[in-house]
Amino acid sequence: MVKLAEWRGKEIFRRYGIPIPSGRVVRSAAEAADVVRTGAVALPVVVKAQVLAGGRGKGGAVRFASTPDELQAVVSAMLGMQFKGETVKELLLEPKVAVGRELYLSIALDRSARVPLLIASGQGGVEIESMADDQLLRVPVHPFVGLAAYEKLRVGGVFSLTPPASKELGGLLDALWQAFQREDAELVEINPLAVVDGHLVALDAKVIIEDDASFRHPEYAEIRDDRTPLEEIAREKEIAFVQLDGDIGVIANGAGLTMATLDVLSQFGGKPGVFLDLGGTDDPNKVTEAFLLMAKARPSVVFLNIFGGVTRCDTVAKGLVAAMTQVPDSDRFPLVARIRGNNEDLGRQILESAGITALSDLKASAQAVVEAEKQRKAGGGS
Amino acid sequence: MTVLVDSDTRVVVQGITGHQGTVHTVQMKLFGTQVVAGVTPGKGGAQVEGVPVFNSVADAVAKTGANVSVIFVPAPFARDAFVEATDAGIRLAVIVTEHIPFHDMLTMFHYGRLRGTRIIGPNCPGVAAPGKAKAGIIPNVVFRPGRVGVVSRSGTLTYEIVNGIKEVGLGQSTCIGLGGDPVVGTSFVDALPLFEQDPETDLVVLVGEIGGTAEEEAAEYIHQHFSKPVVAYIAGRSAPEGKRMGHAGAIIARGRGTAASKRSALMQAGATVADFPYDVPALVAQRLREAGNR
Repeated sequence: MVKLAEWRGKEIFRRYGIPIPSGRVVRSAAEAADVVRTGAVALPVVVKAQVLAGGRGKGGAVRFASTPDELQAVVSAMLGMQFKGETVKELLLEPKVAVGRELYLSIALDRSARVPLLIASGQGGVEIESMADDQLLRVPVHPFVGLAAYEKLRVGGVFSLTPPASKELGGLLDALWQAFQREDAELVEINPLAVVDGHLVALDAKVIIEDDASFRHPEYAEIRDDRTPLEEIAREKEIAFVQLDGDIGVIANGAGLTMATLDVLSQFGGKPGVFLDLGGTDDPNKVTEAFLLMAKARPSVVFLNIFGGVTRCDTVAKGLVAAMTQVPDSDRFPLVARIRGNNEDLGRQILESAGITALSDLKASAQAVVEAEKQRKAGGGS
Repeated sequence: MTVLVDSDTRVVVQGITGHQGTVHTVQMKLFGTQVVAGVTPGKGGAQVEGVPVFNSVADAVAKTGANVSVIFVPAPFARDAFVEATDAGIRLAVIVTEHIPFHDMLTMFHYGRLRGTRIIGPNCPGVAAPGKAKAGIIPNVVFRPGRVGVVSRSGTLTYEIVNGIKEVGLGQSTCIGLGGDPVVGTSFVDALPLFEQDPETDLVVLVGEIGGTAEEEAAEYIHQHFSKPVVAYIAGRSAPEGKRMGHAGAIIARGRGTAASKRSALMQAGATVADFPYDVPALVAQRLREAGNR
């Protein structure tokens, strides 16, 4: 999931022929001054922080400036500010426009129906979650067909536009659909789609690109605005890695088993912190990498829970023993290992010869993990 | 008759010369499956573990009578591999490949629907009927022939639970691993009617996860149409909102797709819902006793 900043989303819209304001991205007050001085964007301007979280308008992440001095003050105040955990590094400057009506338009996947779903509303400009259900038009879009003329008319019906905007809608809908399909998007959202001087303009852009399509979209691989540094390393190593609030590290194989492990730990009062899913691997080096990555997250205790299927227990055991020799003393952590399945006995032997106890019962293991964490905390973290 | 695969199943493995394709060809054969052909374009004429390799699925079908495809080809080529299998007359394709873009899966799903080919997966463990056949990668050791059906969105968690069923002395009729991707070819609602009609299944274990609404839809179906006992487990009760938990599908978004909503829907539909995976086998045994099947 690659969430694109507004300006990147608008760049996609522009390529597909969806009208956007002619703005510029700046990363310093000097750049902002240049943009206005050269007339690339004319005052008065709207200054929008390029963060991924919503609610920017209310949170002071969208501001206005009418003079060069005001612009300097606004830009200086916004660059470097914290917004819902993100640091503002980029600002989008656009000419301030007189907005007529604000509409809503998006396309996303409907998993149950297994078709893309277009959603339109005549009441845009607010988050879709706060819109009443009866104000949303839902149009399933068959992937082989795209939007048929009658479906576009239905969207036109809820927007109740007048020319020239009404004439522009069909082309805009086709463009949005094409962007959704060809860019391998999970979501394309225009909120608001505004009427400015009688014409349709996308005043905001929210685009999420699917990771799995990176083989045909290498251009998005470089964008990693929304990941923590450890999540980024994990991604490079093809290990699923999620950081939560607690201190216990969990390494398991398979998403379902990992989640079940978290559930069992929580039941016994353990707070999982780092969740690391090996997936189906039979490479001991990948297991070693996973443990070294886990060590970097400084867990209080680590719970290894493996059910060997594609992944054999002896492979995991070998990788684990190799990793333990490489973890620096300062990063060492207590370990509880629970292995079941393919080559379980062999895996247990390898672990035990390296001084690691391997359990087989999930419940007992989870209790042992929580106990180990208690002891470590009681012992002052030694 | 059984669910999806049986003794008449003749498997063609697409991508048989790759590492996973070869490893699991051996395992499927050890399970007792008739693996009759492999396909890797350009490698026709070769043999992998005694299985003849063909250049195309059409060749494989013509020469060997293959009727089920198990697809291991890498994600960028999976869509075309599925279309090829469909065009060659294959009506059940088990897609093990992970990381297939969902836009490709949409194309595959709707193409399969037009042509009458069912997809299990993608990113799935596949289907196994102990004593009969296996089309996929579920480890052989967890099985034992019996009368419990299993349908699941998970991988290893399924193995864990299937194994648990074996350890309490019961066995499985058919186990289907649907996969946890956002778009799956066969969902719970698509799979449950197969178990309802299967005279060899007395009870179904449903293993779900957070994310999406597939479990809620399954509950609705169970309530209205399903006559056999159901024991369910939903993984991810402790998962926080907005974090993607491994599977692309396993995410709680905007408060939807929570474990609580799935559990309560299933309970209201009459399913017994286990709190933890290790509780499932005992609950299965209990429901079977109550139903008078043991």
